[in-house]
Formats: sequence, C-alpha cells, structure tokens
Amino acid sequence: MDYVVEMLNIRKEFPGIVANDDITIQLKKGEIHALLGENGAGKSTLMNVLFGLYHPEKGEIRVKGKPVNMTDPNVANDHGIGMVHQHFMLVEPFTVTQNIILGAEPTSMGKIDLRKAEKEVQELSNKYGLKVDARAKIQDISVGMQQRVEILKTLYRGADVLIFDEPTAVLTPQEIIELMQIMKSLIAEGKSIILITHKLKEIMQICDRCTVIRKGKGIGTVDVADSSVDELASLMVGRDVSFKTQKTPAQPKETILKVNNLHVKDSRKVEMVKGLNLEVRAGEIVGIAGVDGNGQSELIEAITGLKKAQKGSIELNGKAITNLSPRKVTESGVGHIPQDRHKFGLVLDFPIGENIVLQTYYKKPYSKYKVLNYKEIYDKAEKLIKEYDVRTPSVYTKARALSGGNQQKAIISREVDRSPDLLIAAQPTRGLDVGAIEFIHQKLIEERDKGRAILLVSFELDEILDVSDRIAVVFDGEIVANVKPEETNEQKLGLLMAGSSEEKVGVVNDLE
Amino acid sequence: MTSNKMFNILVPVISVLIGLLSGAVIMLGFGYNPIEGYAALWEGAFGDMYFVGETVRQVTPYILTGLAVAFAFRTGLFNIGAEGQVIVGWLAAIWVGITFDLPMYIHLPFAVIVAALAGAIWGFIPGLLKARLGVHEVIVTIMLNYVALYSSNALIRSVLSDNQDKTDKIAATASLSSEWLQNLTFFSRMHYGILIAVFAAIIMWFLIERTSIGYELKSVGYNQHASKYAGMNVQRNIILAMVISGAFAGLAGAMEGLGTYGNMSVSSGFTNLGFDGIAVALLGANTAIGVILAAFLFGALKVGALNMPTEAGVPNELVDIIIALIIFFVASSYIIRWVLLRLKKGEK
Ligand SMILES: Nc1ncnc2c1ncn2[C@@H]1O[C@H](COP(=O)(O)OP(=O)(O)O)[C@@H](O)[C@H]1O
Ligand SMILES: [Mg+2]
Repeated sequence: MDYVVEMLNIRKEFPGIVANDDITIQLKKGEIHALLGENGAGKSTLMNVLFGLYHPEKGEIRVKGKPVNMTDPNVANDHGIGMVHQHFMLVEPFTVTQNIILGAEPTSMGKIDLRKAEKEVQELSNKYGLKVDARAKIQDISVGMQQRVEILKTLYRGADVLIFDEPTAVLTPQEIIELMQIMKSLIAEGKSIILITHKLKEIMQICDRCTVIRKGKGIGTVDVADSSVDELASLMVGRDVSFKTQKTPAQPKETILKVNNLHVKDSRKVEMVKGLNLEVRAGEIVGIAGVDGNGQSELIEAITGLKKAQKGSIELNGKAITNLSPRKVTESGVGHIPQDRHKFGLVLDFPIGENIVLQTYYKKPYSKYKVLNYKEIYDKAEKLIKEYDVRTPSVYTKARALSGGNQQKAIISREVDRSPDLLIAAQPTRGLDVGAIEFIHQKLIEERDKGRAILLVSFELDEILDVSDRIAVVFDGEIVANVKPEETNEQKLGLLMAGSSEEKVGVVNDLE
Repeated sequence: MTSNKMFNILVPVISVLIGLLSGAVIMLGFGYNPIEGYAALWEGAFGDMYFVGETVRQVTPYILTGLAVAFAFRTGLFNIGAEGQVIVGWLAAIWVGITFDLPMYIHLPFAVIVAALAGAIWGFIPGLLKARLGVHEVIVTIMLNYVALYSSNALIRSVLSDNQDKTDKIAATASLSSEWLQNLTFFSRMHYGILIAVFAAIIMWFLIERTSIGYELKSVGYNQHASKYAGMNVQRNIILAMVISGAFAGLAGAMEGLGTYGNMSVSSGFTNLGFDGIAVALLGANTAIGVILAAFLFGALKVGALNMPTEAGVPNELVDIIIALIIFFVASSYIIRWVLLRLKKGEK
C-alpha cells in the first residue's frame, strides 16, 4: 500500500518544551486517519509541521514517497495538502467566495473575476454536498457553515489531503453528523483525511486507523476496527479511564435557586427566555438539556446579572437577586463557570495568578486600602494550581499560554474555591479531553456532596445524563420537562429537546 | 520573563542607535560632518549648566504627556488628545495664576490642580462618549485637539486679555520658576516642575502596578467581557482611564504655563507636546520608568538640536529629519524585535 503523506520521526521543540518527539504518522490514500491525543499532546503542532507553518528539528516528510521540504504553507498547497484550522481564518465582512479566493484570486485582464469564481465555488460546494451559498457573507452564516467554507477553501486550492484540526469542537450534534457525511463524500472522491480529535466516539464511527500521541511522544497506530473506546482512551491518557462517573444518590436539601416566570431578551431584543420556572436545591446537580439557542445562555446571564430580566424573579436562598449587578450576584453566593472561557472566564493577558482573583481582587487579603497584596494573590494562586493540578510553567505565566483544559481548571478552581451556594457550570468540559472531563465531573460531584446547588448546562447529552441528578429540558425558552436521568435516555431526551411533549415521548418509548 | 524585560530595554536602545546612525548617513550625504553635528547636539543638550537646565525644562512636559499616552495605552485606550489636554491645562493654570490673589502655598497647588482637572475634563468627554455610545476615542480626541486650540485662542483674546495676543504674566505666587534653579543653571528656564513630573511618574507606576484601581483599568482594557463578568463597572473604568490620562496631560500644560512661560500666547498651531508624548510613550514601552528615560532622550534631542545649526552648520530642517528618523525607527521597533528574535533562533 502506498502512502500519500508520511511524517517520519518528527521532532519539534519550542523553548523549554518538546512538543513533538519522534512521531511517525503515515496516511494511506482514501482513508480517514485519526490523530488522537489529550490537549497539549502536540497534535496541532505536528499538523502545523506538515502544513509548513513550523519547521521540525528532526525527521522527514514525504509526499507520495518523495521527501519534501515544507518551508511554508504554499509548498504544502502545491503538494495538495490543505488544512482546516481549529480557529477559522476568515474575513467576516467578505462573502464566501471572496474568502475562498483570497490570496489566489482569478483575474481576467487584471480584474478579479468574481462571477467566475462564484460559479466555481458553487459547483464545488454542490459536488461535495456542502450546501454553502457562495455569495453569503461570513458574518451572516453559522459556525458550521463557516467550517465548510474552510473546507471549500482547501478544495478550491486543489487539496487531495485534508487535515481537520478538532473540527467537531465547535459544532452542534446535528452539524457533526453532517460533517461526517461530508467527510465520507470526500473520501468517495478520492481524497484522504487526517482528523485531529480527542472524541473517541467519532473515531470509532468514522475513522479507519488511528495514531495516538501522548505528551509529545508517538504511542503508535492502531486499526480502529480492531480496537475499542477503552483501549483508545487508555492509549491516549496512559492509564485506564472510567467513563461512568462515580457518584452516590443525591440528597437534596433546601431550595437554593428559585427562578419564577422569567423573561429575558437577547442582544437583538428577541425574547429568548419565555416564562421559565426552575428550582435547584442544595446537594443536587440539575442538568439543563437543550439544543443551543433555546434560551440557556440568556437564563444564565440573567441569573448572574450580565443581562436584565424583563419579567419574573430570581431568588437565591430566599432573597431576590433579580437584576442585581454581577458583583452583587457574585457576592451573594453565585459561582459561574462561563460557557466561553476566553471571552468571559479569563483575562488572557493577565498572569494566571491575577486571573485567580478576578472577582475578589478588591477584598482582603488581596487588597487593602486599594493597594494590591501580590504575595497573598500569588500564594493563593500557587495553592489552587497545586490543588487543581493546573499545568502551567508558573503562576506568572499569562493565561493565554495555557492549554484549554488547564485554563478551564484554573477557572473552576477560582469559582469553586469561593464556595458559592450556587455553582453554575455552562459547558464546563467543552473542547476538553477525557482526562480533564473526568476531573471536572468529579469536582462538580464533590461540590454537590458538600451541599452546594449545581446548575449544569450542556449540549452533550452524555454529560447531562452522566452527571445530573435531575434533568430539566429546555425548549424555546421554557422548561418543558423534568426527568430523572435513570428514567430516560438519549433518544427520549432528544425528542423532548426538539419540542415533543412528555406524554408523546412516553408513547414512543412504549412502542419500542 | 527576564528575556522579555531585556527585550523591552534592548529594542528601544537599538532603535535609537539606528536612528542616530541613519541621521549620520544623512548628514554625510549632505556634506556635513556627522561627528561635528552630534558633538554640537551633545554640547547643546549637556554642554554646560545652562543647556542642562534647558534640557530638563523640556523633559518635564514630555514626561507628563508621555505618561498620559502610556497610561491610556495600558488601559486599552489610544489617547491622541494629549495635545488638546495640554492646551486646556495650560490655559486653566494661567487663568488661576492671573485671577487669584492667594498665598503661594495655596495658589501654586491650586493652579496645578486646576490644570490637571481641566485636562481630566478634556479626557472625560471622549471617555464618556466611548463608554456610553461606543464612539472611538481616537476620533473624538483628535477633534477635541482643535476645539482646545481654537477656543483657547479665543479665550486668551477676549477673556484673559484685552484683545491682546497673549495673557498677562501669572502672579509670582503661582509660579514654578525658581531663582535658585535659574542661578544654578546660568539663567535657563528650568523650574520646579521636574519634581512634579517625576512624582507623577511614581503615581502612574503605583496606580497601574500596585492598586486594585489599576488592576481593574488594565482588566477592562484587555477584556471588557471578562471584566463585566467579574463584576467590574466597564463604563466607569473606561471613563476613569481617560480622565487620569487627561489629568497627566493637563499637568504638562501647567508646566508650560506656570514654569517655562508664565503666560500663554495665541497660537496658530499645536504645541506638539502631546504628539511627541505618543513617541515618548512608545519608546518608553508604556512604563513609568521607560517614559522618564524616553522623555530625557527626546528633551535632549530637542534642546541639543538647537545648537546644531550654529555650532556645526547643520540646517534646522536636517535636524528635524534626523529626529524624525529616530522616531521612525522607534515606531517601527517591531522590525527590530523581529530581527532580534530571528538572531536568537539562529543561535540555537
Ligand atoms: N508556538 C508555540 N510556542 C511555544 N509552545 C507551543 C507553541 N505551540 C504549542 N506549544 C506547546 O506545545 C505543546 C503542544 O501543543 P499543541 O500542538 O497545540 O497541542 P494539541 O493540539 O495536541 O492540543 C503544548 O504544551 C503547547 O503549550
Ligand atoms: Mg490543538
């Protein structure tokens, strides 16, 4: 069997860290090859080496058997290698076509021939079933659509080998299914794919082979058909991983959070939360299940004071906190692990230590008469990063330099350490690897057992079913059902999330 | 960490050296002796006590406008309006200086504080517009520079004087100038303002690096969403940052009004103190100590350059070009940063 692309014994160093150490990956023609590893294992680095963005200290890259010196992305392009990056590289106000031809504009007599390009892009999109409108502006299309534009971009430039860097991290379940269809049609047209991921289910579903790297070292390549989720997980993490979270039954006590007939509008003034009622008691985890965009974000923002409620009330420990400022809400005992950790959770340019006191910097002992006490701040940070195993060179490192999992652990340490009566966790494990997910779930359960009320919002049904003691299904701004995790399953939840009533779902279940 | 700090020192030093070097090339190209030229520059800046005094006098407002721009920059804002804030500060200082009759220990601090307040108000306007309406501070501050220039001209003519081109001299009780300093420096115009400037630099450092106020201001500058999430008042912090920045620039105006000139004249153009403050802040890497050092360099260049035409025959225009070149290389310091990084990589 010939390989279309081979990376042999690649070594790539960054100052103070070996990101890739003797890694070999060989891609067969027409296969989907998974590149599996925890966050920070060196997957993106390896692919950036292949794409010509980084230059390896050692090792060889071969394309169709011939050694190639990948000096820059143009060389990679010329050899038919295209990359769909983890963070999209698109110009928002431009149209799809303009973005695709950017840097390779087809011209006729010195003028860009947009019409022709639009036609080509549209044809390409239709051929692979991408359903992209060549004339739409990037800012008007969904994240999933933007990703397809990135795919189109590589195809337009004649890529035969496509690298996907964690493509599913930003997608909804429905979009993930569609992406998998697209990948299959790409393979059918003779392309080859490297899929970077740490989601084991996806690998089992769609990949042919899987190369595992751990802490920068190549662990090996396995045939997916001969492997299992458990094997892949232990290869990736280096130990056995428990997928089922261990917990005892909840012992709910007094009501901590009470939301009554809440109405909230989003930034476009569209009502997103429409008369929502919810209760969370001490010592229980209530999971909010729902498709993205059914009012979850607005609900959380209203509770935490980031958004005004139009109507209704929010009570914490029996006291109204409706429309208080974020600071007042925080001080009255609410912790919040925000959905978007880069936007809300961290000041990326602050050292990790200063991020640890983001809500408490103005209080003793961190400051006195408005003068900061750095010793106290960094002592606290040292303590927390040890306790929560946040991997960072030091507490003085900027938050930006940490991997996603470690950033999230830092946020969680900060929020949990304040011992809030109510802890809101919004998508707490999004984009994280199994090791980190396991850790975070355990933390949430630990906090529950200490008698805190926990509100978990997640789009991952696995997570909801696994961690919650009670599930509230949200649809169109209302809680449409309250179910127990042990009395339901993914199918039933899926139907409820799509707006079916509880009775109907019950009937469906009975017919099965 | 340490290598980063070294970089922050190395880059401006190299920029200045390259600037001086290209200035030398230009002088050579036009047939002047660069060694003579720079000797005259040095002589003109530090040659005797008079020149030292004049250099210090020029450094004083540079420190303050540099601090104004640097402070705004550290909090995520770009204050192009230091120029206008200098003008209103100057005008306010003169107004207090000529209208009130008070003992010195009240009159002088009063005038200085009112100048800072005037600058602060001039910073408050763009701050408010940015915080409330999202209007970009660069546009508003540029416009306010003109408003400051022309309205101060009008006020000098019609309110602070009787249709004259300049105001009266301020009362001695509001003056920063000192006979002792003047005697020490052969009657240069050096005044006590340098103490205020250095003190202001210490305040800036303390505020930004050591207080929870600075922590908030920086946080809002870096990430408004996270700051709001953390319970900070984003709008108030934006306004506060512009107000403090404006106050520093207003103080620079007081230096000119209460120290150097003792009055204010109608002017057809800007003082350029505010614009040069941008270069000072840039060269000083937006830190307090950096601003002081950069202000010294700029002050020395500015004052020393006056000596180049007389001593070395280098025409004024060429002197301006040389200074502009230095600023250019400082401004493009990222190129130098890049080259240094490359070299460092090569070493490995
Ligand atoms: N440009 C860089 N400079 C320094 N270190 C880097 C850089 N890029 C990645 N790293 C480090 O290399 C390691 C591997 O990172 P990465 O390849 O992004 O991991 P993955 O994609 O598997 O999550 C991490 O420890 C990361 O901090
Ligand atoms: Mg990555």
